[in-house]
Amino acid sequence: MTTSEIQFDTPATPATEGPVLQVEDLHVSFPSEAGRVHAVRGLSYHVSPGEVLGIVGESGSGKSVSSLAVMGLLPSSARISGSIKFQGRELIGQNDAELSKIRGRRISMVFQDPLSALTPVYTVGDQIAEAILVHKKGAVSKAAANKRAVELLDLVGIPNAVERAKAFPHEFSGGMRQRAVIAMAIANDPDLIIADEPTTALDVTVQAQVLQLLETAQEVTGAGIVIITHDLGVVAGFADRLMVMYAGRAVEKGNVDEIYQQPRMPYTLGLLGSIPRLDVSEKQALVPIKGNPPSLTDLPPGCPFAPRCPMVVDACHTAEPPLVDVDGSAEHQAACIRTNEIAATDAEGAEAAVEIFGAEVADEPEVAKIPRDQRDIVLELDQLVKEYPVNKGVVFKRRVGTVHAVAGISFDIREGETLGLVGESGCGKTTTLMEILNLQKPMGGEISVLGTKSSDVDGKRRFAIRRDMSVVFQDPMASLDPRLTIHDCIAEPMQVHGYAKDEINRRVPELMRLVGLRPDQLSRYPGEFSGGQRQRIGIARALALEPKLVVLDEPVSALDVSIQAGVINLLEELKSKLGLAYLFVAHDLSVVRHIADRVAVMYLGKIIEIGEVDSVFDAPRHPYTQALLSAIPIPDPVKERQRERIILTGDLPSPANPPSGCRFRTRCFLHAQLPPEKQRQCIEVEPLREVQAEDHEAACHFAQIRQVL
Amino acid sequence: MAGFLLRRLVNYVVLALVATFLAFTLASATFDPIGVLQQRNPPPPAASIEAKKRDLHLDQPIPQRFVTWMSGVVQGDFGRTVADRPITDELGRRIGVSLRLFLLGITFGIVFGVLLGVVSAIRQYKFSDYFATLFSFILLSMPVLVLGPLLKLGAQGLNDAIGSNVLIFVGEATPGFQGNWFESLVDRLQHLILPTLAIALGQIAFYSRYQRSSMLDVLGSDFLRTAQAKGLTRRKALFKHGLRTALIPMATLFAFGFGLLVVGGTFTEKIFTWYGMGDWLVVGIGSQDANITATVTLFVAVCVLFSGWLADVLYAALDPRIRVN
Amino acid sequence: MTVILNEGDAAGTTGAASGSPVDAAPEPEKAMTRGRLVLIRFMRNKLALVGLVVIIGMYLMAFVGPLLSKWTYDQQDYAAFLEPPYADHIFGTDKIGTDMFALTMRGLQKSLIIGLLVALISTTIAAVVGAAAGYFLGVADKALMWVVDLLLVLPSFLIIAILSPWFRGKSWWLLVIMLAAFQWMITARIVRGMTLTLKEREFVKAAKFMGQPARKIIAKHIVPNMASLLIIDATINVGSAVLAETGLSFFGFGVQSPDVSLGTMIGLYAESATTFPWLFLFPAGFLVVFVLAVNWVGDGLRDALDPTSTRVRRKEKKTKEKAAA
Ligand SMILES: Nc1ncnc2c1ncn2[C@@H]1O[C@H](COP(=O)(O)OP(=O)(O)OP(=O)(O)O)[C@@H](O)[C@H]1O
Ligand code: SF4
Ligand code: SF4
Ligand SMILES: [Mg+2]
Repeated sequence: MTTSEIQFDTPATPATEGPVLQVEDLHVSFPSEAGRVHAVRGLSYHVSPGEVLGIVGESGSGKSVSSLAVMGLLPSSARISGSIKFQGRELIGQNDAELSKIRGRRISMVFQDPLSALTPVYTVGDQIAEAILVHKKGAVSKAAANKRAVELLDLVGIPNAVERAKAFPHEFSGGMRQRAVIAMAIANDPDLIIADEPTTALDVTVQAQVLQLLETAQEVTGAGIVIITHDLGVVAGFADRLMVMYAGRAVEKGNVDEIYQQPRMPYTLGLLGSIPRLDVSEKQALVPIKGNPPSLTDLPPGCPFAPRCPMVVDACHTAEPPLVDVDGSAEHQAACIRTNEIAATDAEGAEAAVEIFGAEVADEPEVAKIPRDQRDIVLELDQLVKEYPVNKGVVFKRRVGTVHAVAGISFDIREGETLGLVGESGCGKTTTLMEILNLQKPMGGEISVLGTKSSDVDGKRRFAIRRDMSVVFQDPMASLDPRLTIHDCIAEPMQVHGYAKDEINRRVPELMRLVGLRPDQLSRYPGEFSGGQRQRIGIARALALEPKLVVLDEPVSALDVSIQAGVINLLEELKSKLGLAYLFVAHDLSVVRHIADRVAVMYLGKIIEIGEVDSVFDAPRHPYTQALLSAIPIPDPVKERQRERIILTGDLPSPANPPSGCRFRTRCFLHAQLPPEKQRQCIEVEPLREVQAEDHEAACHFAQIRQVL
Repeated sequence: MAGFLLRRLVNYVVLALVATFLAFTLASATFDPIGVLQQRNPPPPAASIEAKKRDLHLDQPIPQRFVTWMSGVVQGDFGRTVADRPITDELGRRIGVSLRLFLLGITFGIVFGVLLGVVSAIRQYKFSDYFATLFSFILLSMPVLVLGPLLKLGAQGLNDAIGSNVLIFVGEATPGFQGNWFESLVDRLQHLILPTLAIALGQIAFYSRYQRSSMLDVLGSDFLRTAQAKGLTRRKALFKHGLRTALIPMATLFAFGFGLLVVGGTFTEKIFTWYGMGDWLVVGIGSQDANITATVTLFVAVCVLFSGWLADVLYAALDPRIRVN
Repeated sequence: MTVILNEGDAAGTTGAASGSPVDAAPEPEKAMTRGRLVLIRFMRNKLALVGLVVIIGMYLMAFVGPLLSKWTYDQQDYAAFLEPPYADHIFGTDKIGTDMFALTMRGLQKSLIIGLLVALISTTIAAVVGAAAGYFLGVADKALMWVVDLLLVLPSFLIIAILSPWFRGKSWWLLVIMLAAFQWMITARIVRGMTLTLKEREFVKAAKFMGQPARKIIAKHIVPNMASLLIIDATINVGSAVLAETGLSFFGFGVQSPDVSLGTMIGLYAESATTFPWLFLFPAGFLVVFVLAVNWVGDGLRDALDPTSTRVRRKEKKTKEKAAA
């Protein structure tokens, strides 16, 4: 490409001495129904030129608010105090006109949700060009700005940039939009880039692309970067320093390696211990952090983490512990009065967390001891097909194509077993689930639940099957009717299936206890519970009819990590106690590795690899599985830096028009390296699932083991 | 895109036909023009009543009457009134009167309604917002049949204060007015101001409420924040990115408003004694005349059809997401 | 291990089969139920409160007021023709000496009853039909959408006006039914849209997958979850029904003598607005104030029921700032 006009500073020469950004004792509060919300309470940090600072914390810990304060983009109802110095210049108190000269020019920002971050009515190219024109009025012609916009799009890896610049945002996928936003952010060669959860809304493979792009952006602009995330894995390999936030304050700060290896504050420990690890094959104990983040309206005195802290002592309630240097280093600070005791433990990182929080591994269910092929089949899919018509037409609609959402998939689940179904969004996971749950005759193939085929059941039999199969949904906020009490929510399935009133009244409290909730809360409404608690209620409802199979649609992906661990532990316990079989749909492979016995990887409506979980994860045969696994960050900075990433190019092709032969070939790195005659085989012949090892099949003509963890 | 618009057009034409058919059928079934005739004093001779029945095709079944009437309409003949005058002769003049009123009123309504809504949203919960809200609430609660007489009352006060008839609130022009083109224009304007105001005020109130909420939706949006993060000032971001997007949902409303307006115009015309289409509807029902009623309905339908179609075009022009489909 | 755990917590972690011990939800007295929150927000909205008081006051006045007056609406005072308001006739009299207060109350009664009934009936129909159409889609849905489209072309005003000769001389009940029959469609369309969204919500799917029949899903999950919309809509519909009634009666297409409503009065006295203003201003005033109050209450409800509403926050900020100053 002709880099005629792209002029970035050389990274080596920072504009000024000292930190690019210096935040001192920042306070932000908002008015609300219940009183003032103190979203940020005395936050101080700095970012040096070219440095990457990671900010980690649970939802509501004030991460976004503090960075919006830097940008001067908080709503006018916010009250801000403290100091924000950018290159030595105070930003608080500047007016909109002053700030807008800095925004986008010296400091730029990438937001969480790429789908709504671009104005729907202007082309992507125009919006990027606008970022240039706004700061270089007169100096740069419109044509030059447009040209530069194309170059930037090219730089962020949008293929065919000249054409795509003329596209509107809705014609871009989420990953492409996020690239466009990043292009906008680097357009004026800023000195600081703030990225607020830039990958949270994206698939893992796209997340890997975007993270790599941010690294590139950092290299070309030499800017300092603040990257905000709630996922400790994401920043492990990327950030230089880390700041952990809790209840609007920094509770631990330090170099990345120190924090991961020697966390000195129980909250950080908990966070580290709550993440399921992709690289651990033996059953790992997950640390749940009990309770919920505190309300920020009127915090009691003392350590805000005290109600959830396993190490809390009376002294914790007297005053809020300040950030103090730990391990004799000014680089590493933690806010806890018992840091020294934590330092005294022998264990490191996540292991220390397990010790302190006292997590346990659930037992194997009884049935699991019987060999797999002797157990009953609970669910069986045989070449299941689901297609949607694509209609087009003026006066009369006509069918112009077909979306092959599910293109012939087969698997079975046996008693007491968990099958994890994974894949990028749009690969057909949810369609598969809905087909199973609808219990109608499929378009092609067969679904059998407990030996009964869905194609020849009548309404009555279908109703009976519903008793043995229940479902837990992804969004705990949406899965309970807000107008029913918890009691009514849990009782509903039993009412439908004609349980006697006494029976129901006896079972509901029992179910509450089973999922770890107090039965005296039964008369409350879902709105009064937190996400994790609601998900437990949803699980209680799913168990009401004593099903044999529970279908779980991303049951933990909407929860914060610390809460997620508790729910995963609960699911494992229930499985062991009740001998349940799970169909567990997830996009997070770490969770799947933790909970599943077998895993099936889907790509564009097909299962491309399936088998026993350790075999698939430790010795993946299909290039897609390998790429997927390699894209997942591991919360270990040392390992992360050494890992070699397989970055997939592009997005998922449209399922309306899947590639011929092997559906993965358009993105397959292995295919790209093959000699032409072998490539032809990929293009012409669809690979079938072949046995690779015991209970391990993959669908690739050139399947070979490649370790990626 | 063209296909989409064509499909909508076909849909609208069918709707207009059905609407006219329904109006014609309902009117023919409930109206009793002969009864009106018979109540005259002295009652007309039986022979002339029979002749009237035949003239009005009352001996035929209703669908057949509709077909007869419709085939006339296609050739530009809208039939005759009960009093045996050709409808077509009066139609053009009345449409002219009505359109003069509506087009001006709706233009003012849209332009000022949108402006007021935007100001109100940007200055949410400030004095100007409260004022605009109060203003539009009062106007929205005030039907033309109240607003019209009130405007008259006000105009009379103004005229009395000035001591000459600046604002005239009866008719659309002074009958038998003599003067050059300029004087005649002034005369028409004097007649036009109050009725236009009566229409425009309600429209302003209506659109400003919707524009306000559509703008408020946009105010909290991520893309507005992105625009500011690029370095646009808040004001610039608001107008270039915010307003432009907030206008999209308004397109349908503009059409919807126009449809309602034709009916609302009935009141305005009646109160300010303009002999337009709305007035004709009242006359038609009063004289139990199915042909007039069906003609007015057809006019209403065509207006709604046209503005609905215009809204589709507008929508497509404003929203690239539609354009692709 | 060297860290000493607190006993309580050690017990907690090894406790019941719970994955992790989960804290109690917020304490009962602190937990604000949705109902209370809505009430508090509504009470804070001064205009809505005023509106509520006005509505209740008007119903009281319409039904109790006449009992306190020494004149009835069908009496004539031959000593007072066309008198402006004075102590004996607080609203004045008309040209045959009818006491305008008694007459206005009489009209108000009818208008308010019609408004209330029409709103109740039409909102109920809208809820049932809209939810069914949205849930089952298919033919019922297509038909509904088509009828709504038709209604845009052929407004209810037109239909009822055309039908008016037929119910002339019949009970006002018929008018209530007609108004309700032609007023539910737009609401039904909104209900349908909400049903489409609710249908995709996971709790509805969950009910479906546990075997709950569709009829019960609609009754138990869908309609209750639209309660706020329905309440707001019923409120607003009272206002629009009163306006529709007034509009029709204005032209003599609605309430028929000997019944009187605000509409018939305004129709009768609009001409006199510039000469004997009190004849017009009292019924018109009551109409506008009532509709305004209804709109305020509707807006207040919407604000109180909308979780993203920020009005109160602003208010709180202002009061605090005032306190600080
Ligand atoms: N405009 C606002 N008005 C009132 N309260 C707000 C506003 N914006 C944020 N808050 C509150 O401030 C607190 C911190 O929010 P913030 O968005 O910074 O959290 P976060 O750490 O970014 O969380 P997440 O991971 O969910 O993005 C929350 O309690 C939130 O409810
Ligand atoms: S100060 Fe006390 S409560 Fe807070 S983290 Fe440390 S030990 Fe826990
Ligand atoms: S069959 Fe070919 S294209 Fe498909 S995964 Fe294997 S190597 Fe790649
Ligand atoms: Mg955030």
